[in-house]
Amino acid sequence: MLAILTLLLAFIPVMARDAASVDVKEIIFGHLKDSYEWHLFSTNSKDYIIDLPVILYSRESGWHFFMSDKLQEDGCYDGFHITHEGAHAGKLVETLPDGTELKPLDLSLTKVALGVIINCLLLCIIIMCTARWYRHHKETDAAPRGFVGLIEYVVAMIVDDVIKPSVGREYRRYAPLLLTLFFFILISNIMGLIPIFPAGANVTGNIAVTLFLAMITFFTVNVFGNREYWKEILWPDVPIFLKAPIPLLPFIEIIGIFTKPFALTVRLFANMTAGHAIILALTCVIFITANMGPLIGVPMTGLSVFFMVFMNCLELLVAYIQAYVFTMLSAVFIGLSRPEHHEAKKTKEITNN
Amino acid sequence: MDLLIPEVGTLIWMLIAAGIVFFILVKWGFPMITDMVDRRSDYIDKSLEAAKKATERLEGIQTECDALLKETRAEKARILKEATDRREEIIAEAENRAKEAGEKIIADAREQIRQEKEEAMRGLRRQVAELSVQVAEKVVLKQLEGDEDQLQMIDRMIDDVKAGK
Repeated sequence: MLAILTLLLAFIPVMARDAASVDVKEIIFGHLKDSYEWHLFSTNSKDYIIDLPVILYSRESGWHFFMSDKLQEDGCYDGFHITHEGAHAGKLVETLPDGTELKPLDLSLTKVALGVIINCLLLCIIIMCTARWYRHHKETDAAPRGFVGLIEYVVAMIVDDVIKPSVGREYRRYAPLLLTLFFFILISNIMGLIPIFPAGANVTGNIAVTLFLAMITFFTVNVFGNREYWKEILWPDVPIFLKAPIPLLPFIEIIGIFTKPFALTVRLFANMTAGHAIILALTCVIFITANMGPLIGVPMTGLSVFFMVFMNCLELLVAYIQAYVFTMLSAVFIGLSRPEHHEAKKTKEITNN
Repeated sequence: MDLLIPEVGTLIWMLIAAGIVFFILVKWGFPMITDMVDRRSDYIDKSLEAAKKATERLEGIQTECDALLKETRAEKARILKEATDRREEIIAEAENRAKEAGEKIIADAREQIRQEKEEAMRGLRRQVAELSVQVAEKVVLKQLEGDEDQLQMIDRMIDDVKAGK
């Protein structure tokens, strides 16, 4: 299989010989970043692209709605253009009459946004189909097999291994939310690894998405945190000089409230981005070495394919591990937000005895 | 750097799409599955408990059965022994009764024989007496007629009696 792939890929250098030197950075970031259209694939003469709606609201010129194919030629339409530098690189900005650039409120259904919708629908279909099975069966029936059985197995595993020990006594209340987070991340991660439409959007490698997921944890923790949790933050059980007159520890604890979701956000984002970047870089090896002639190109292509297969296997593992870790940390944070003071003391006494 | 700045538009799309789907799944999706898993594990626990109890009861029944069988065997032996004893008793009793009845019959027969003998004796005596009276009558009658003749007559009459007998 590998040998055949290597042979097939050995012909790519011949075809790509005329191509300009490969801009690896452009390719990698182009894939990692969000875009206004969904690029499917290219032939020598034509790019196959799904056009997505661009929705903009500018303080100066109001609402704008057009399809992304208007941006095809030079990235300019209706006074907007895609900027290539600054903090908004790759985004549409409005050029005002006085020559300054203004970033509009960008509500475009971008590749990532569409990816989110597709993943959400997929998740909804998978879980609701599974739930439907349960609606038609009783607990005395035989356990489900096949796909429903697989989902049930994963659900039971996450509940028993992650949620139950991390959240504690009230785990039943939080299990659905944590399971939803887990399955959304898992599906998005796997969908991100499949390069063909409708998969392929780098959803969990987008910091807005991971931020949203972390915000769910953040709000769950801080809205449902009990009195004990807030007491531990504002008046922790430490020597008095650490909390008054300068609230040193409360200050650290309050920062901690925000670093927890931040860590969640960055961990998932960085892991997925790094994985994608490595795979893309390995793919680029083929095109770089192709320009160096078949003597270097052919063995390097083989090596690249080998490493890509390896990396994809690893990424599949990472897809699961990151979903698992996100869920576990969320569960731990929720568990910490509902401490059981008296019970904890009792346990301590028992262990001391 | 722009990779690290969360896009507001993406956040809003995420809020809409993921918000709706998450709500649906949290409300109706996952509780369905986790509830069923919990209920099934409860059911399995209960079934195991019931099976354990049933096994225990079965073992109890087994010992009970064994005890009952033992008891029954003892009873059987006892009944058999009793029956043998009774049989022997009955036989002995029957033998005794038969003996008694035989003895009674023999005694009755003897008594009857004795009575009949007495009867016969009585009859004989009466006859002898009658004969004697008759003989005496005839002797008396002949004496009245002559000595010779009387003696002859007595002889004759005795002969007659002898012959008549």
